[in-house]
Amino acid sequence: MRVQLTINGASREADVEPRLLLVHLIRENLLLTGTHIGCDTTSCGACTVLLDGRPVKSCTVFAVQASGRTVSTVEGLEQNGVLHAVQEGFTKEHGLQCGFCTPGMMMTSVALLERNAAPTELQIRQAISGNLCRCTGYVNIVKAIQHASATMREAKAEKEPATAGRA
Amino acid sequence: MAVEIGGIGHSVARKEDARFIRGRGNYVDDVKLPGMVYLDIVRSPYAHARILKIDTSKALAIPGVLAVITGKDLVPLKLEWMPTLMGDKQMVLPTDTVMYQAQEVAAVVATERYIAADGVAAVEVEYEPLPVVVDPIKALLPDAPVIREDRAQKNNHIWHWETGDRAGTDKAFAAADVVVKQDIYIPRIVVASIETCGMVAKFDKVEGHLTVWMTTQAPHAIRTVIALVAGHLGLSEQKIRVISPDIGGGFGGKVPVYPGYVLAIGASVLTGLPVKWIEDRSENIQADSFARDYHITAELASKKDGTMKALRVKTIADHGAFDAAANPSKFPAGLFGVITGSYPFEKAFVEVDGVYTNKPPGGIAYRCSFRVTEAAFAIERLVDILALELKRDPAELRMQNFIPPQAFPYKTPLGWEYDSGNYGAALKLAMDKIGYAQLRKEQAEKRSRGELMGIGISSFTEIVGAGPSKHFDILGIKMFDSAEIRVHPTGKALVRLGVKSQGQGHETTFAQIVAEELGLPVGDIKVEEGDTDTAPYGLGTYASRSTPVAGAATAMAARKIREKGRLIAAHLLEASPDDIEWKDYKYQVKGVPAKSKTMAEVAFAAYTNHPQGMEAGLEAVDYYDPPNLTFPFGSYICVVDIDKGTGEIKVRRFYAVDDCGTIINPMIVEGQIHGGLTMGLAPALYEEINYDKDGNIQGGTLMDYLMPTSMETPSWETGKTTTPSPHHPIGAKGVGESATVGAPAAIANAVVDALAHLGVRHIDIPITPWKVQKILREKGVAE
Repeated sequence: MRVQLTINGASREADVEPRLLLVHLIRENLLLTGTHIGCDTTSCGACTVLLDGRPVKSCTVFAVQASGRTVSTVEGLEQNGVLHAVQEGFTKEHGLQCGFCTPGMMMTSVALLERNAAPTELQIRQAISGNLCRCTGYVNIVKAIQHASATMREAKAEKEPATAGRA
Repeated sequence: MAVEIGGIGHSVARKEDARFIRGRGNYVDDVKLPGMVYLDIVRSPYAHARILKIDTSKALAIPGVLAVITGKDLVPLKLEWMPTLMGDKQMVLPTDTVMYQAQEVAAVVATERYIAADGVAAVEVEYEPLPVVVDPIKALLPDAPVIREDRAQKNNHIWHWETGDRAGTDKAFAAADVVVKQDIYIPRIVVASIETCGMVAKFDKVEGHLTVWMTTQAPHAIRTVIALVAGHLGLSEQKIRVISPDIGGGFGGKVPVYPGYVLAIGASVLTGLPVKWIEDRSENIQADSFARDYHITAELASKKDGTMKALRVKTIADHGAFDAAANPSKFPAGLFGVITGSYPFEKAFVEVDGVYTNKPPGGIAYRCSFRVTEAAFAIERLVDILALELKRDPAELRMQNFIPPQAFPYKTPLGWEYDSGNYGAALKLAMDKIGYAQLRKEQAEKRSRGELMGIGISSFTEIVGAGPSKHFDILGIKMFDSAEIRVHPTGKALVRLGVKSQGQGHETTFAQIVAEELGLPVGDIKVEEGDTDTAPYGLGTYASRSTPVAGAATAMAARKIREKGRLIAAHLLEASPDDIEWKDYKYQVKGVPAKSKTMAEVAFAAYTNHPQGMEAGLEAVDYYDPPNLTFPFGSYICVVDIDKGTGEIKVRRFYAVDDCGTIINPMIVEGQIHGGLTMGLAPALYEEINYDKDGNIQGGTLMDYLMPTSMETPSWETGKTTTPSPHHPIGAKGVGESATVGAPAAIANAVVDALAHLGVRHIDIPITPWKVQKILREKGVAE
């Protein structure tokens, strides 16, 4: 079956079996290996990508279901050589160790911060509860997301001085 | 100056993050080679069964299926069995009998991943079920089915190991005022690193050369194992290259050789094509090496005043169907002998019996050094039980008994020499930080209102840094580790190590050691690991041995360079080498700070203007054999609240004081402690692998193997004391697993403490809401 999708801003097409999972399309056909596979039961979240802006576990979505839609992966976070605030947050707050869950964890975080610019610790913990990490103990991941939240709000306040302070 | 260098003690940002946050890590499943094919594995649905027939015809008829490999195909290659680290042998594929559920039965090689899976589904295997034994205590009964007929075993007993003074300990128990005794079961768990195991094997049939990319914590040891197992196929060591690229967590689970690795290599040799094998999560949980599974009976003898006198421990260790435990070969029960913990027992005796059962083989240590967690859990539970028996505060009882700081180096009754320690300081700090006295008051008030709150302490001693080669080996290879440092002409350095990070941040911390020793900025130092063609031989990263052993090798190699550099500096400064000192990260003429040379200047001279007669270049290798192990320690305090309706346990606070000696990178150490604590929380409250009587795994996926998420994991609080190791070149002890070792006892002690007034003395982990609720119902206090 023919699949056409926009991934990290670029339009891509591929001929796939109907049963091909989105994660395999991304990793094997489109060669974007930043999206990882950690389980086979939609439990770990290492394969999380954004589908039309919403986080999905790409091991539980067929490639054909993404046809005509927009997919964002970790490779698309950095823009023109500038790291996304979430990427900055994860490295500044030591929110990763082996790095295997990190892309999925960051994609979930990006989606969270887009719908809630100033999440509480509990809201952050709830948001990432579908992403397992075996190395960090989550404390620094929470801090990383808080860091990103603060930077994004500051950047927004600078851009739109009239709304400063509202977030 | 110090900040610019980024040496020891600085929270230098991790170098490795740059690729990981961009999705540019290179894990084994990211390796893609031209012409690569895929391998998938047929696994047994039975825990014990004879294989009557394997029909591969339907699988082979699928377009894209290239081969189906069975045990019989491996016989001519002599690869159907492989040796284990414990002197046993393990099936790669069975020719006759399967011995545990999910055991590898056949392998399918196909052009695509999905076609390989189709092939697995199409292989038809006919089994005749055999009697199953999954309980190691029942496995020792005379009428138990014998699992290892291949070994001419008459029963399922593997080995007996004991240490200490049996008669003296018995005598001390007979004379004791108080004896407490407890049966403790520490269940089977798996590390479940988020990256599963896998390999890409590429056999070059022209050169007879094998390159493998694999998820391994010990690439050099694995290369030797491959040569030992497959040398008869022409795969001698110089023709094997093991590359361990980025590894997504190891925790001990990526030390062993699993059949899948051997099959991937075998398939590449057979097909002449590069072969990728990546296990899926259920395979990882069901068939990879487990941890723990210790049935412990522990007794502690004490005086009426609480002075601990003697310790006696008997244990049954379930090693599954093949004794494939990852251990130094001289210690069948690993470092279980550290069970005397932080206390100066006069007498101790410990015995362990290894047993075969119809379960997956192993085990590994789940982020600890060879059975240390089991030891720490048993002793810290026993101390609390003694406190309960004597109606004493558990903190006060510990303070009374700790080995005092002036007693170090301290020789335990089981033969270990603890290098340094200050246990009272760690516990006091934890008590102050968490407000222990206040919490006890709050607990009393809550208890009077019928609320359930508990406070648990664990003051553990760890044993890491394997090892002194006189005591530690793997397959006879003595356990040392290595570092090679090359300083290039412009003062940039390349460091290659025998260890292999799986997330511990080696690229940063080892660069910091070199920065500190050589005065070069940390950014100018590149660290490489995990390629046997380039790195010096080392035994790898597990059991917290990287910093204690390879960290020492790195410092020693750097010091060799510094010494050669001193001669070059003397030449450049036209001074006698005796007049040159290393100060403020520079070579200086003694008393004349203005006359100095930096390491970068000396490095340039090493290639352009070195003294007549001196070898050019500036490099050194060190193979470090530690004089002793290191003994990090800590005191953890956990506060729990228990819901009387649901039995749910909420970890309200957890304060961890760790002492790992000199800290290289405080940020990384804290991160390691957070992760270790979470892997201590996991078995205490959530994780276990159970089997029914037929050997069926109860919960072999992440749907039901309860790994803590962000919601269960508390906000860990950490503190530190610093008691450097006297024998380590920089005083570092290692920290990666301390928290996993120390945390389960603190949590279990807190839960039992919350229920102690109801007459509860012990609950086996994982302490689930169901277990708690059952107790609350029995005691008539459930809501």
